Amino acid sequence: MGGYSDLTIWTVIVVLGIGTYLMRWSFLGAVGNRPLPEWAQRLLRYTAVAVLPALVAPQVIWPAATQGHPDPARLLAAAVTVAAGLLTRHTLWAILAGGAALALGMGLMG
Amino acid sequence: MRSACMGALQALPFLLVLVPFALLFGVVATASGLKVAQTMGFSVLVLAGASQFSALQLLNDHAPVLIVLASSLAINLRMAMYSASLTPWLGRAPAWQRAVIAYVLIDQTYGLAIQRFERQPQLSVTQRVAYVFGASPVLCLPWIASTYVGATAGSLIPAHWPLDFAVPITFLAMIAPMLRTLAHLAAAGVSVAAALAMAGLPSGTGVLLAGPLGMAAGALVETWQGRRTARARG
Repeated sequence: MGGYSDLTIWTVIVVLGIGTYLMRWSFLGAVGNRPLPEWAQRLLRYTAVAVLPALVAPQVIWPAATQGHPDPARLLAAAVTVAAGLLTRHTLWAILAGGAALALGMGLMG
Repeated sequence: MRSACMGALQALPFLLVLVPFALLFGVVATASGLKVAQTMGFSVLVLAGASQFSALQLLNDHAPVLIVLASSLAINLRMAMYSASLTPWLGRAPAWQRAVIAYVLIDQTYGLAIQRFERQPQLSVTQRVAYVFGASPVLCLPWIASTYVGATAGSLIPAHWPLDFAVPITFLAMIAPMLRTLAHLAAAGVSVAAALAMAGLPSGTGVLLAGPLGMAAGALVETWQGRRTARARG
């Protein structure tokens, strides 16, 4: 893992582990029966669909593996993954479809 | 006891998704240069697929440690919502049981538990805890074991495979089925647009700005739609 010491990586793992645990424990363990305010619930509902796409979008358009040049095989694989996910509503099928499209694309274009 | 068996049984189908997913994490993590022990550390201590992959992705991008932590923790913010939503059902269980449940509170355990509790509100607190305790080992132990298999068998995978793209595909495959409403689409759309616009910023910073923008967009659309429905009802 380029550029990080073992200690740094373990720090990331442990802090992420503790932080995640505390979020899971927060209400159940500490806050108790009080409901979250409506606006907070509303924002939290969208954490996953907002944070994950932001992480992935630049990698799809400018993959590091091709030195940041858009790559037809990877673009195709991304499009197929999203389409399969929307149609089947299942993560696993979408992964398989995207992986197959990537293999096919690399075979044809690579 | 019956509740525990029921939990274990109803958790089984989720393994179809969890096992390949954990295998993939093991493979990609070791291919990115993590040691087997570190890879296992992620699955045992964090026990949350999406944030494990996000941390991996950002480490691969050489992002600063604080950004890796902030982005990956942001993905797990939804766990606070799970915790809040289970409290009315489990709040009266002994503190140690609630502490254990917090550790195993992943997407699948939460989904199973809340469905069961809402459908059978007559269950006692003991039965509810038993249900979660039955379902959790079936979900969490294979997650950990499959990570190990992936981490140790990863070297069998040919070097020319485009494993770099496994994480993006995995994320897209997780997001697409979640896009159920206009508000979800708005959240994802705004976050993608913002992330691309801010791609020039130091690694990982774009996520921290684009993520909250997307969340706000989702919440705004939901509010707006709620008002419109209320008005239509008169």
